Amino acid sequence: MAEAANFKAIGTRPIRPDGVEKVTGRANFGADLNLPDMLHGKVLRSPHAHARIKRIDLTKAQAMEGVYAAISSADFPQEVTLSLSKNILARDKALYHGHALAAVAARTPRIAEEALERIEVEYEVLPPVLILDDAMQEKSTLVSEDLRTNDDESSPPSNIAATQRFERGDVTQGFAEADVIVQEEFRVPSAHQGYIEPHACVATSNPGGRVTIWCTTQGPFEVRSATAGVLNKTVSDIKVIPSEIGGGFGGKTVVYLEPVAVRLSELTGKPVKMVMNREEVFRATGPASATLCKIKVGAKKDGRITAATAWLAYEAGAFPGSPVGPGCMSVFAPYDIDNFLVEGYDVLVNKPKVAAYRAPGAPQSMHAMECAIDELAQKLDMDPIDLRLKNAAKEGTVAPYGPKFPPIGLVECLEAAKRHPNYVNKPSEEVGRGVAVGFWFNIGMQSSAEVTIAEDGAVSIMEGSPDIGGSRASMCLMAAETLGVPYETINAHVGDTESTGFCNLTGGSRTTFATGLAVVKACEDVIAQCKARAAMTWELDVEQVAWRDGQAVPKPGVNIDVDPLSLADIAKTMSRTGGPLLGRASLNAQGAGACFSVNWTDVTIDRETGKVDVKAFTAIQDAGRAIHPSYVEGQMQGGAVQGLGWALNEEYIYDENGVVENASFLDYRVPVASDMPMIDCEIVEVPNPSHPYGVRGVGETPIVAPLAATSNAVRDLLGFRINDLPLSPPNVLAAIDEAD
Amino acid sequence: MSNFGYVAPTSVEETLAVLQRATDQGQRTQILAGGTDVIVQFRSFDNSHRLFVDIKSLKETNDVRIENEHIFIGAAIPSGVLNENAELKTLFPGLLEAADLIGSTQIQGRASIGGNLCNSSPAGDTIPALIVNAALCVIATNEGTRTVPTENFVTGVGRNCLAAHEFLLGFQIPRPSAGTGDAYLRFIPRTEMDIAVAGTAVSLTLNHDGICERARVSIGAVAPTPLLVSSAAEALVGTTADEDALQQAAQACSDAAQPITDKRGTVEYRRKVVGVLCRRAGAIAKDRALSNRNCE
Repeated sequence: MAEAANFKAIGTRPIRPDGVEKVTGRANFGADLNLPDMLHGKVLRSPHAHARIKRIDLTKAQAMEGVYAAISSADFPQEVTLSLSKNILARDKALYHGHALAAVAARTPRIAEEALERIEVEYEVLPPVLILDDAMQEKSTLVSEDLRTNDDESSPPSNIAATQRFERGDVTQGFAEADVIVQEEFRVPSAHQGYIEPHACVATSNPGGRVTIWCTTQGPFEVRSATAGVLNKTVSDIKVIPSEIGGGFGGKTVVYLEPVAVRLSELTGKPVKMVMNREEVFRATGPASATLCKIKVGAKKDGRITAATAWLAYEAGAFPGSPVGPGCMSVFAPYDIDNFLVEGYDVLVNKPKVAAYRAPGAPQSMHAMECAIDELAQKLDMDPIDLRLKNAAKEGTVAPYGPKFPPIGLVECLEAAKRHPNYVNKPSEEVGRGVAVGFWFNIGMQSSAEVTIAEDGAVSIMEGSPDIGGSRASMCLMAAETLGVPYETINAHVGDTESTGFCNLTGGSRTTFATGLAVVKACEDVIAQCKARAAMTWELDVEQVAWRDGQAVPKPGVNIDVDPLSLADIAKTMSRTGGPLLGRASLNAQGAGACFSVNWTDVTIDRETGKVDVKAFTAIQDAGRAIHPSYVEGQMQGGAVQGLGWALNEEYIYDENGVVENASFLDYRVPVASDMPMIDCEIVEVPNPSHPYGVRGVGETPIVAPLAATSNAVRDLLGFRINDLPLSPPNVLAAIDEAD
Repeated sequence: MSNFGYVAPTSVEETLAVLQRATDQGQRTQILAGGTDVIVQFRSFDNSHRLFVDIKSLKETNDVRIENEHIFIGAAIPSGVLNENAELKTLFPGLLEAADLIGSTQIQGRASIGGNLCNSSPAGDTIPALIVNAALCVIATNEGTRTVPTENFVTGVGRNCLAAHEFLLGFQIPRPSAGTGDAYLRFIPRTEMDIAVAGTAVSLTLNHDGICERARVSIGAVAPTPLLVSSAAEALVGTTADEDALQQAAQACSDAAQPITDKRGTVEYRRKVVGVLCRRAGAIAKDRALSNRNCE
């Protein structure tokens, strides 16, 4: 592992390659493509949260001037019974308000909208299941009549799709040994990912069955396989071209429009464009699970945790598949606990199917645990960071979810927090402070990269990871470091599913780690070829040639007097030394390296209105190695703001019929810039041994800790705890009034 | 497939003629000034056919006349422009602050207080501030102009007293006497870019002994229309607008409120907060009144 001080490119903060296009409005996002003779597709959505669909009559819509096709789920392969299929267009039941029922393609968006009004649907309205607690009751109305818990055919139908349970040691014994015990319940509401760019795509098809999709997505290869699955096609029938992406945060890992647009295109023979409006995004995409988490933690007087239990119920929405699994696996991840028990429940309700949101599952369960740890610190009269240090997981700790931790940076982050001036300076009387720890596993998965050298020595990287957080810049920096050439001579391109090797989605904080690893290895491939060509030129063995500072040089001790050959020198003569220089790598990356953080929020509270103001926020996080520190800080700040929004004001407000009342950014309150203080960042670097430069993913951990840090800050100032989020003015004022 | 017509008359007479003609033909008309409410509503949910009549380039709707007795403010002046007028800011700081709360900087370049009133939302920020300043709405009609006190202008949620062939020219506001101060505060969960959960405007006049001789209090977002709360004003008149008096005025506001529970707040929350805002706005108005006592 090279020392930080020796890096030339890594750790610098150059302008991103895609920056000019984006800030000048030239970059093409999902809704920017228009093709000749293109039609516009629109979706009819259910006005009921739960209803049997008795009949859909499309004939009046189809008869309209300017309408080319109107379809329902009957126009899709019926043998495909994926819940994805049933989410894209409802089959026998509408399962949430906003559930897609039918779609039309028309000459203009306006005609398409008018056509939707002519579609006749006959419903048998059913009572909706809206609350987790109700859904888990034995006698609850069923979202899906044939769903059985854990697919156990011997059990009666239930809204509980799956349960899980894992444990270690003996919790009864552990609690018996405890001097203090904290036991609390916490609710976290649904939150939307809130990406600025709505879902959008254009699909074309040809009579031979080939399909091309342009769309905004975190994973073009996943769009390809999902669309193929729904339409019963092979993946080789489908080409997916990703646009630039205006935020995803996990919400653009699934498909909603693409298979519908393809089907409309197949039926009309024309390109079909579909773009959601903001209301559709809120009603029918995302969100993150609403949860109920029950936590019990016991500790000795010295702070050592003796036992902990977690009972975690996650709303899945209308189809199974909440992130309760990672919620369970992350809840105790920061701590070395001998005795624990974790139980998780994946629960169906008549709400949109949840989607991944930045560290999916962790913010909710860790909010509960980090609040409980804070209560423990209060009871023990210990500094909250000291209490966490006392129990912190470190290299060699067996993680609650199984593996033994390799080097991780939790202790380093906690120690950095303790000496940080923002922590050393204690807040004034009017300010409350709360601390919490964040964690995310991170993933590796499959990536490919090709590195092409132009005849002037310029470097072009082709890879398959949509660039959401500045990853092109990180790829260029790692290539610059590896090849030893200036950053400015390198460009990075995100290919489509036919121009680049297979690449899993941008998610799981994997891109800089895994695709970065592929880029480094592809650069090493180029270097090996350059060394071979230099050896050929100098009539040496390739073992006698080294690569130093972007040049081939004879190794020390090789007795030859030649000038070094730079990458540009070798590129200039490549036609004579074996042809084009092209480095390649494809891999399934292992050892992503868990990422830990420590955050604290400083708040004031207007006790007459219940308004919580965030006065300061400090984020400390282990990046392994910050390739482009500005973009690491950008992830830390962006995640912090999303976490603070979830803590303070973001929530879905449903009426008694299951209709979301705040399906707009006006009333679904993400923070505006003036709500937020500057988010102070400190990057800790405990290198990940599984990456040549030590990279850990940094994109998801930042959203985890702000929820509990803010709850704990409110607790600090008020002197009592508000267990449920959001800490919105009406909720906080009601709690204050009740306490008085 | 345009779903609307658009005209931009160049005089009041022409505007009235256009409105009359369209009304006679049974055509829906909609007055357009900044359009920050109207265009969003038209695009998102209410897109039935209509004729937009743009009044933002009329001389009269852009006029500001500061005279001895009265001040006239044109209905279509963008609040960004209003807030550049130092004299108006000195005369009606509360009203201009209310105008400045609406939307973003970009929206401020278009949004007008006339539009804010004619949109007739219970939560319109400038309406309570106009009410406490005793603004008269000057309405252009075929028979000349008529005036309506602002507190009587809004008749229900999204409804007002304008007939289809009339439009709002502007506001005639009495020049505040010495010792007068106004203030408007609203509550939103964010710092900006939001809609009032509750709002309170206060204007009061103090004599040389610091006794409140005149007060007007108005509350918004807590009833179908913004309300003039005379009981709150009565609690202040004859006092020094001290903490006790302000608390009584606050209680009067809470009592006068007829709020609903919706996505922006509960009945209990709005009732309480509108009183808190009265106390705080009252204190600001008092400070301003004290510093204005020697103006004449």
